[in-house]
Amino acid sequence: MTTVGISLCGGYIPYLRLDRGVIAQIWERHSIGGERSVANNDEDSITMAVEASRNCLAGQGVEEVDGLFFATTTAPYKEKMNASLIATAVDLKREITTADFAHSLRAGTGALKAAFDAVKSGSMGNVLVAASDCRIGYPRSDQEQAFGDGAAAVMASSKNLLATFEGSYSICNEMMDVWRNPEDTFVRTWEGRFILGEGYINHMKEVVSGLFGKYGLEPKDISKAIFPAPDVRTHGNLVKQLGFQMETQVQNPLLSIVGHCGSAHALLMLVEAIEEASPGDMLLLANYADGADAMLFRVTEAIKRERNQRSVKDYIEEKSLLASYARFLSYKGLVETVPGEPFRLMPSATASWRDRRGILRFHGSKCTECGKVTFPVQRVCYHCDSKDTFEEVPLSHMKGEVFTFTLDNLAGRSDDPVVVQTIADFGEEKVRFYGMMTDCDPSEVEVGTPVSLTFRRIYEGVGMHNYFWKCRPVRRGGNT
Amino acid sequence: MGSIKDEVAIIGMGCTKFGERWDMGAEDLAIEAAYEAFEDAGIEKKEIEACWFSTVMSSVIGVSGTVAMDSLKLGNIPVIRNENWCASGHIALLEACMAVASGAYDVVMALGVEKLKDTGFPGLGTGRGMHPVYEARRTSPGSFGLIAQRYFKTYGLSVEEGRETLAKIEVKNHDNGSLCPKAHFRNKITVEKVLKAPVIAWPLGLFDCCGNSDGAACAIITTAEKAGSFRQDPIFLKGFGISADAMMPHFRPEFSWTSFEALKTSSRKAYEMAGIKNPREELDVAEVHDCFSITELLIYEDFGFSPRGKAREDVDSGFFTREGGLPVNIDGGLKCFGHPIGASGLRMTYEVYKQLQGKADLPERQIKDPRLGLAHTFGGPPQISAVAILGNEMG
Repeated sequence: MTTVGISLCGGYIPYLRLDRGVIAQIWERHSIGGERSVANNDEDSITMAVEASRNCLAGQGVEEVDGLFFATTTAPYKEKMNASLIATAVDLKREITTADFAHSLRAGTGALKAAFDAVKSGSMGNVLVAASDCRIGYPRSDQEQAFGDGAAAVMASSKNLLATFEGSYSICNEMMDVWRNPEDTFVRTWEGRFILGEGYINHMKEVVSGLFGKYGLEPKDISKAIFPAPDVRTHGNLVKQLGFQMETQVQNPLLSIVGHCGSAHALLMLVEAIEEASPGDMLLLANYADGADAMLFRVTEAIKRERNQRSVKDYIEEKSLLASYARFLSYKGLVETVPGEPFRLMPSATASWRDRRGILRFHGSKCTECGKVTFPVQRVCYHCDSKDTFEEVPLSHMKGEVFTFTLDNLAGRSDDPVVVQTIADFGEEKVRFYGMMTDCDPSEVEVGTPVSLTFRRIYEGVGMHNYFWKCRPVRRGGNT
Repeated sequence: MGSIKDEVAIIGMGCTKFGERWDMGAEDLAIEAAYEAFEDAGIEKKEIEACWFSTVMSSVIGVSGTVAMDSLKLGNIPVIRNENWCASGHIALLEACMAVASGAYDVVMALGVEKLKDTGFPGLGTGRGMHPVYEARRTSPGSFGLIAQRYFKTYGLSVEEGRETLAKIEVKNHDNGSLCPKAHFRNKITVEKVLKAPVIAWPLGLFDCCGNSDGAACAIITTAEKAGSFRQDPIFLKGFGISADAMMPHFRPEFSWTSFEALKTSSRKAYEMAGIKNPREELDVAEVHDCFSITELLIYEDFGFSPRGKAREDVDSGFFTREGGLPVNIDGGLKCFGHPIGASGLRMTYEVYKQLQGKADLPERQIKDPRLGLAHTFGGPPQISAVAILGNEMG
């Protein structure tokens, strides 16, 4: 039987956070403490999945990916495959299998199980599983504070495994505990005691017991128990009832500093657990939603190899606090702020499709006569004037520096008015790029500021979301 | 390259009051400018054989040359629309000159009209350029803010020094505009006021940016040979240059952002045709494209008015003021007239034309004995430049 497991992994947590005290103060109620992550106004589940996937791959083995499974409950498109857009932005080859897993907080673990099965069966060699979510709780609800935005990606493979997949156990259960109807913006829940006691705790216990029974294990065999949970207290109760030692055996649930990242949360915790693991560690992941999935992993010696990924810890540490609850509401689309000047250039599906290799893959051209590299593709070379003598080259991995910039007060949204328009030179070839800078404090930008590229949602028009790349300041840790 | 130096002449011009002309439509502005020009030339409308019409914001005021056709009832002559961003007015004028020089027509008109104040927005808008994605949120101030930032860096100016230099240009232009009855803004300003104004696209502030206005201007053109039969003081076209560089400077490798090929090429071609060796010495007056303060600074250098990197010294010494060695934007420029895009090139030409005739509207702003004047517009992201050099004597 082929051994399968995880060969690469990477998380993503948005740069913006909101102090839960700010939310609590507005509503004159208690804070559950800490901060929650907030997707920037140019981020959504697709862009965060792209971030996590790029971080996971860290420039390695893009050619070897045979499939991409995307899990979310907040897909920007209800009809249209989100996975194919993510695969394109990650610059995967076209001959791959893509699929969206949706509608449940178990979508992430479900996609991962399907990926392992696909690799095990031999139908695919490497399957990238990306999970991403940005759910919204009702204003003044506990969930509003408890939810976070984030993403994670893991590569299911049979080679170079950081952790081997040792087995799994799943149960299905139908109950109305947490749900959203098609027209709902906010997550609905039934009474707390029902959904936490009968729903979460009982099914998590059942799935862990089932897994232990199936493989003859006990709590002491587990190095780290990874339990995504709706809140810290419930998490503690579960740990206690299952008999794990909170101090040594339990993975940080990321609730107080990030928040619950929906269908991505299980994979995000798994990524952090792998990043912190030692060879031989046994990891138990159990995830609940209308039933539960439990999975077992054994960490290999390969965990000691040098890795270029930015760690979950790096993401947690690098942050900027949103100044106000008002911005949180408008970034989430819950209040409409005064419109700025109308955007005058409307996209066209045909034009975007023609330019997809530039817009989505960030491919440029390298002149085969003089070697000049340009973005976007230039059919007539800027430098040597030869026509149609170029090869397409991928450029999204490059690092660069700011050549010049302006802080444009007219170009932005009214709730985020300053656009850092940036001219930057990327790579040794000094590929010239023009675009917006994101995830930055405008007052800190200088000529020479080091930048990398990030895939973002840039504007809405004619019913389409339009995605393109932006600069962002290079931060500590990792390759992105 | 050929030359049409001294082959055509402007024999009449008109220019509306620029500003927020809420009660005037594009058609009204066209009539105001055109009828002043007919009267100035002493001709009747029916003598016009063709019209080159310049406007940019066609989405608001229609397509083709309909504004000119509908308002002026030109009687089935060709009305040829020109749209080349901010250089539209000048290029319409130069196309009209070339048509006369070719012998196809004897008397033609060039008319530029723009009704910006019907758009509902104070700026030219967000999302400019060719591509809805690659140039997503480009604005005009944003494009020129990029230039200012890089200019300061390249020539070692602190942001404070750079902004103060730019402020002095605007103080000069407002001083000129305060004397100009047709200008939109006629207030004098101080360096301190400029520096304290709200930021638009850092490092550019409010006073670094020209206004948005309504306006129209018109020129009547004939052959140099026939010009004398219309008036005693026709103004001759001495030279011109038009240059359009590749239109994506933002993505162009190694683009310096402190100098523009289109500016250098268009001015050099115009000087060559006009026989000008040293523009700093030989030109008596210049109207250049001061859409933003930094643009005027850049033009001083790319046009050879100031040595490279040294324009600041000329700004400090007052070389470009009304009393200086080369008065620039003597009417207050785009800064005080605002920039109704399709009209600006013809409005600038109007000022040079009046100065060369010694007929500035107020005597206190008339340059003493000018012979040669330059008018210029610069448009696009910006990459297209048009220069016209006019003189009041043949030869």
